[in-house]
Amino acid sequence: MAEMKLIGGYPEYMRKSIKKVEETRMKRKDYTPPAFTPEEQKEVLQLHPDFAPGGKRKLSIGPNKGDVGPIEVLDLLEAYPLIEEKDVNLSNIDFSTEILIIGGGLAGTTAAIWANESGVKTKDILLTNKLRHGDANSIMAEGGTQAADRPNDSLFRHYLDTIGGGHYANKPDVLNALVNDAPFIIQWLLKLGAIIDREENGDFVEKWGGGTSVRRLHSCRDYTGLEEFRVIRDEFRNREIPCIEHYPTVELLTNGKGRVTGAVLWNIETGEYKIVKSKATILATGGFGRLHIRGFPTTNHYGATCDGVVLAYHVGAKLRDIDTVQYHPTGAAYPIQIVGYLLTEKLRSSGAQPVNKDGEAFVFPLEPRDVEASSFIKECYVKEKGITTPTGLRGIWLDTPLIEIKNGDGYIDKAFPGMRRMYNRFDIDIRKDPVLVFPTLHYQNGGVETDPWGKTSVEGLWVAGEVSGGVHGKNRLMGNSTLDTMVFGRRAGISTAEYVKNNNTTLKLTLEHTKKYIKQLKDAGIKTDRRAPILLPDYRGKAVLARMIDVFQ
Amino acid sequence: MNKKMNIMDRIADSAKSVTTGVDAKDIEHWVTIYVMGRAYEVPADLTILTAMEFAGYKFVRGVGCRQGFCGACSTIYRKKGDYKLQTGMACQTRVEDGMYLVQIPFVPAEKAIYDISKESYDVNAILKHYPEIARCVSCNTCTKACPQDLEVMDYVQAALKGDFKKAAEESFDCIQCGLCAARCPSELVQYHIAQLARRMYGRYEFPEPDYLKKRVKEIDMGKFNKEMEKIMKASKKELVKLYAERERESD
Repeated sequence: MAEMKLIGGYPEYMRKSIKKVEETRMKRKDYTPPAFTPEEQKEVLQLHPDFAPGGKRKLSIGPNKGDVGPIEVLDLLEAYPLIEEKDVNLSNIDFSTEILIIGGGLAGTTAAIWANESGVKTKDILLTNKLRHGDANSIMAEGGTQAADRPNDSLFRHYLDTIGGGHYANKPDVLNALVNDAPFIIQWLLKLGAIIDREENGDFVEKWGGGTSVRRLHSCRDYTGLEEFRVIRDEFRNREIPCIEHYPTVELLTNGKGRVTGAVLWNIETGEYKIVKSKATILATGGFGRLHIRGFPTTNHYGATCDGVVLAYHVGAKLRDIDTVQYHPTGAAYPIQIVGYLLTEKLRSSGAQPVNKDGEAFVFPLEPRDVEASSFIKECYVKEKGITTPTGLRGIWLDTPLIEIKNGDGYIDKAFPGMRRMYNRFDIDIRKDPVLVFPTLHYQNGGVETDPWGKTSVEGLWVAGEVSGGVHGKNRLMGNSTLDTMVFGRRAGISTAEYVKNNNTTLKLTLEHTKKYIKQLKDAGIKTDRRAPILLPDYRGKAVLARMIDVFQ
Repeated sequence: MNKKMNIMDRIADSAKSVTTGVDAKDIEHWVTIYVMGRAYEVPADLTILTAMEFAGYKFVRGVGCRQGFCGACSTIYRKKGDYKLQTGMACQTRVEDGMYLVQIPFVPAEKAIYDISKESYDVNAILKHYPEIARCVSCNTCTKACPQDLEVMDYVQAALKGDFKKAAEESFDCIQCGLCAARCPSELVQYHIAQLARRMYGRYEFPEPDYLKKRVKEIDMGKFNKEMEKIMKASKKELVKLYAERERESD
């Protein structure tokens, strides 16, 4: 059978629906559906994957015993550690460092620079990466970074927008730190030479984000995370801070009395382990998108497998808000090669409208993400007004041509080069045709609980970025994640620098905590082959896996 | 699809090929690709990355974001009967019948060490740190190699002339995959040169907006402390009310 014929990237039957979108476009140009009332928001949220029946259970061990969380996450928390004391020799130390940073995205890299800036010598810092330095969600952040810097904006407004979006579950002191440091972080980025979009008069171009009451979003085209990360990594490299790649952490080490004192790294290519001794350890390992919670595709990078939360829980750190997961409303739903990929919220703040198969605008385009995502699910699966792709996925249209109608010709090339490029590769011109979207797993809202300096409940252990919990409550706003990584990366760097200066006790390295963890699992009656952290997802073909044998072991 | 399934299960079922890997029984169209010379039959709809996974490769290198932003999965390939050596990101390039390929996930390249706050904002900064830029023979191989379709040679020439604006703007979408440097007959490291040019341009061309300076100063002086201490102590009920009463800036 011949492959399906495509016209401008779409099969003929989808073209028919696009025709309807075109017919209503000029009428919709000046019409925006009203925002939901709080009651309406509550109702549509029942369809959100966090609230829809199933998908969760209660955690049966550890400091958060009894808390409810996604099954995919709990499966990793209720799993046996990868190594035990008999597997490794802890008396042969390969790296002895003051500050160990695990994870080199925006948070970890920023932490390293600020530890150095705060007086820790470069040789006393070690940044470790599971994959390459920069294989992180940070680099894929498209939309922007929030900072309340304009005269009509305030820290108060930023705080209020964020806590309302987070369903009032955000930790107040941590959230205060986020909004307080935001303008400083923008200033720091400028000093490093980051190129942030400007108006003709030199002001920043500041855009709306879903759930904000003021235009507060600083962008670098639609490559914001890439630009921020590139300059920060370049700065890191100029300081010649030690950095090793392709060395995931398989377990933390403790002194046997609850203080973190290092980690066991594992060469992902050769299988050899390395022992690190450290006075302070910062986990900046990112989130869990690659767990595909509730079977959703994801925007996340390959290594987003919840490692940090698992490692922290092994040493007894307290978690919070692990029950909620962020689904980004606009993940690509077509073509199949890019399903789940992020289409930035900035498309909607620049005028692109969500539209159903009949060309009707059905929702206010900038509801908080959980509400917007739920309304798309409703349109597709309750109202049956979605479009079904050739592979059976459903989605609604995001009417991107409206962006140029509202902002002028050439705007998309200037503001969304990344999106243009991605769709061009599949013969779709987003200036002329809408794109099909459906919610995609995007962000770990909760994580390891911290204080405003990234300190966890366990001595010697800090966290920064997506691995942490509290700052975003139960739903993160756009533009607050890149901000989170830099604010708390910096704070963790400063805080650990202070800690190591005044700390000269002899450090013992043990895996006592894994013994305790295994005992807890056994006491709770958990019988399983599961082991964690999992380090990477597995997409290998099933037919191949069925015939795989290992003759080297 | 089972009609009795609830919405969440229906969504999960429809996305299965993306979340758990492709099942051969769902595939109609197949192509043959050659990974470092060895033939594999793979579904025609896949990218080079997902096709190699289908064939049994579990990546520990040559993979990163999987969405075209990180530059980890650089790949070179030729198509059957074609003399042309092509480049692309494995995660962004669809497989074609007869494609033979190899990944280049790492490029040995020297990055200059500098302190951006101490550089002079002129062409000497570029020449000092990357003197080999003068060896560019304008062959345009770098441009042809760029998976982002950037005008690499043009930005290198702009950097050589000290035109930071052009060098920065033309190179802005660079994902630093290194394919330009791998192919360059003059042994330039284009993507590192561009990084220096962009940082210079960003730091020295755009003054800080006054309102940003003012806000940072206000925060340092503790101007908002009282207001923030109050809202940090607000009850949920008070917050709900404040949130509902927020005034939205006009568009």
